[in-house]
Amino acid sequence: MLILELYIFVLAGFVGYMVITKVPPLLHTPLMSATNAISGISLVGSLVAAGSQRSTVATILGFVAVVCATTNVVGGFLITDRMLKMFKRDDPKAKSPAEPK
Amino acid sequence: MRENLTQLSYVIAAVLFILGLRSLTRPDKARQGMQLAAIGMLVAVCGTLIHHEIVDYRWIAGGLVLGAIIGYPLGMWVPTTALPQRIAMSLSFGALAAVLVGVSEYYNALHGTAGVVLDVPHMAALGFEVLLGSLTVTGALVAFGKLQEVLPSRPLTFPGQNFANGLLLLIAFTLLVLVVVDPTRTSAFYGMIALAALLGVLMVIPIGGADMPVVVALLNSYCGLAAAATGFALGNSILIICGALDGASGFLLSILMSKAMNRSFSNVLFGAFGGGTPAAAVGAGGALPVRAISAEDAAIQLAYASRVIIVPGYGMAVAQAQHQVRELAELIEKRGGEVKYAIHPVAGRMPGHMNVLLAEANVPYDRLYDMDEINGEFPQTDVALVIGANDVVNPAAREDKSSPIYGMPILDVDRAKTVIVLKRGMAAGFAGIENMLFHAPATSMLFGDAKASLSKLVSEVKAA
Repeated sequence: MLILELYIFVLAGFVGYMVITKVPPLLHTPLMSATNAISGISLVGSLVAAGSQRSTVATILGFVAVVCATTNVVGGFLITDRMLKMFKRDDPKAKSPAEPK
Repeated sequence: MRENLTQLSYVIAAVLFILGLRSLTRPDKARQGMQLAAIGMLVAVCGTLIHHEIVDYRWIAGGLVLGAIIGYPLGMWVPTTALPQRIAMSLSFGALAAVLVGVSEYYNALHGTAGVVLDVPHMAALGFEVLLGSLTVTGALVAFGKLQEVLPSRPLTFPGQNFANGLLLLIAFTLLVLVVVDPTRTSAFYGMIALAALLGVLMVIPIGGADMPVVVALLNSYCGLAAAATGFALGNSILIICGALDGASGFLLSILMSKAMNRSFSNVLFGAFGGGTPAAAVGAGGALPVRAISAEDAAIQLAYASRVIIVPGYGMAVAQAQHQVRELAELIEKRGGEVKYAIHPVAGRMPGHMNVLLAEANVPYDRLYDMDEINGEFPQTDVALVIGANDVVNPAAREDKSSPIYGMPILDVDRAKTVIVLKRGMAAGFAGIENMLFHAPATSMLFGDAKASLSKLVSEVKAA
């Protein structure tokens, strides 16, 4: 089982490395906020901790973890979207009818 | 059956996340791609909520609602100038979630309420999770404090700092080994968390403001690795995948950033930066000639230039002058000049900082050029307008072997026909190094707040 997980980790790391090398410096800030939002996936672990009623301590810790992770997910995706919305091509060129795309 | 549904939702989420990240290679597709990734997150959360171990939804619902209430303003209302500290804060939150999950799993396992079995691999994963997580929580908090300027942004150092950090790290690792061998050593477990938290503070405290891009990227990587370790501990593949993606991204960005500062990666990893020999060369600069220029004269130069390159730096972010920059550029373009923007990889306080600020001010992104793309164009440039940038345009990095920043790739602004530098005063840059560009015959200095100077330039160019 552990070996299988190692496979997943290494291969996902490779995929990440390959994909992210191609991200232009232009979008490095959105990249950071995007990976931040995605790493909010630790929400998944927090949900189980908060909801499985194993002990009060675990539930409370889980609850705080859910709050933290949700904050990152919601805030992270919203701010990434807000940033990406701002990146625009040169408008005048797009408007001029003489230049069909 | 339910278990399979959960796993299926994770597969879908992983695919959508990778597609989302891939879309970031294309600015015109990025927004759509990241919206897909957000859907992936929703799928994964729904898939988890049907998990058989979850029996009580009250705390979950409360946490989700509270998190959304806190997250919304952090996403929608934080100004772009505050983005670096915003990212540092979310790194801290993310790492805190990992630590809390780790502690709760450990607590459950110790008290025999099911959950993880603390055999060697799982305990090691849990240990790494809380160690890296805890270090990131405090490290990112200190970075946040420095970026928000709650804490002094200059490097705080004390003698033997690296030795102390190394010793702390060694003790923390020893405690980790002790817990892995015998998970019932609770004091070692919690002691390790405390030590890692202390180490996080000590590692970031000596780092100055201009080095923040590297630190933020590095903490991003740690945060990802902590999430991946959580995945190993819980046997949860989506956590492993996302942690690996996040870790790879942070790792790659820190390499890129450290290259752009001419620091070896090991140098960055061990936090031995920001020291150098500040203030060593400052004294010599006092007698060198400086040519100050009035806004009127600078405006004339800009108004009649046919090729202009704007070089923004942290000073533009501080003054929040990006809108005035765009206004000035539009005026020059209206008069027939061509305006491009030259972006140094470490300009600002985080990777890509300048690009976001300029995009916010409606500067089209095809006008923003990376260092390598634009460096060849400076000799044909009539006016290079430097706005609040210093070390990234210092020719000493290219010429002066004794300079602490020698070898750092810079924007070749000094090769432009004329250079106008917008600067508050003659204080040396962050690195405390005299910048010969400011004394070059082709350079004129326009002193004052960047925003005020730019507004003056705008009205003067209009009148010209």
